[in-house]
Amino acid sequence: MNNNIFAFNAEKKSETIAEWLRQSVFKTLKKRGAVVGVSGGIDSAVVAALCVKALGRERVSALALPEKESNPESLTLAEALAAQLGIPLQIEDITGGLVGMGAYKRRNSAVKSVFPQYDEERHTFKIILQSDPLHNDWLNVFRLVITDKNGEENSIRLPLQEYLQIVAASNMKQRLRMVMLYYHAEKKNYAVVGTGNKNEHQLGFFVKFGDGGADLKPVAHLYKTNIYQLAKHLSIPETIIQRPPTTDTYPAEVTQEEFFFRLSFELMDAIWRLAEVGRTAKAIAAELDLKVEQVQRVLRDIGQKKRTTDYLRLQPLEIDQQNHQNIEVNVLS
Amino acid sequence: MDVKTKIRSFIVENFMYGDAESLHDLDSFRQKGIIDSTGILELIAFLEETFEIKIDDEEIIPENLDSTENIHAFISHKVAGSKSRKIKVSL
Repeated sequence: MNNNIFAFNAEKKSETIAEWLRQSVFKTLKKRGAVVGVSGGIDSAVVAALCVKALGRERVSALALPEKESNPESLTLAEALAAQLGIPLQIEDITGGLVGMGAYKRRNSAVKSVFPQYDEERHTFKIILQSDPLHNDWLNVFRLVITDKNGEENSIRLPLQEYLQIVAASNMKQRLRMVMLYYHAEKKNYAVVGTGNKNEHQLGFFVKFGDGGADLKPVAHLYKTNIYQLAKHLSIPETIIQRPPTTDTYPAEVTQEEFFFRLSFELMDAIWRLAEVGRTAKAIAAELDLKVEQVQRVLRDIGQKKRTTDYLRLQPLEIDQQNHQNIEVNVLS
Repeated sequence: MDVKTKIRSFIVENFMYGDAESLHDLDSFRQKGIIDSTGILELIAFLEETFEIKIDDEEIIPENLDSTENIHAFISHKVAGSKSRKIKVSL
């Protein structure tokens, strides 16, 4: 694969982002530092490292927000990161809050209505997107995959109501994390820094007012491929770099590729980037040794995910959004 | 109401918010951004319930579900198939 399309100077890029972070946190937001939720994944590791570079380690707090279904490895890796960066890591287990809100109960009741034998003690489950843009033209629908203790797997297409309920209840996890991040940020007059990358941000793979709820998003313009490049430059622990990106949201482990993107980041980013710089599907196919139909399907999938998730990126709509500015003008005059 | 009118009405009511004029029978829902992945589930639920059919996983493809015309052809074929199966059973 032609790596030149992603050639960038990681040192220069991290300097530019650090300068933007300093300006945004101190000047625009007028905050004293930054809080970053660290998941043990590469994105939050890179963002935390960039914050330390920009603001200094004494102005960055890392927060780990595990719950009873989180992979224990997430916390171990978050601890390793904080130790390497020399920043404090606070751990807030959000299980109690989720129980109080009925998150598990509401979600599991929807799972049981699709798969009546579901038993929390005996089964794990995950949700995956049933599509494979590289090899077929299936429409995107979600499936529930339940595995019992013997490894026997059942996969069921999710009906509408159950799908919506499972997602709505599961999203409470990301939203409660946002609540805790703001608690810790406000307590210190810090800003909450979001960790979503371009793939997540543009294709709508985030929870509105959940992990999407932050004061600033310093890597939302970077492909996952760029995040890996920055991670190497910022000396992120190899264990974090090597870990497959996961949602860490459902009881069973599910990679982001399996759950949503349906394509390796390496290939998706290359196709997306080449299209962005104006190459035709035919040229991209030739460059990446793919069939033209494959490239067309992937680009269609990217376009559709972008279009159908526009509302996630919108701020709350208001009537007469200029009104506030007018008031300010009147006061000044 | 005939099959095509039922399908069209559902699409217009649920995804076009009543804007019937801008929906043509051959319009691709995906290309026009009319239906997302939740919309596909809504559509499947509507078709299964209204026409008393079961849509299999491998039938969830654009050729069957990505335009009013495609859905009409698909449903007509499915309904005819399920009727002939019912006759076989009753024989």
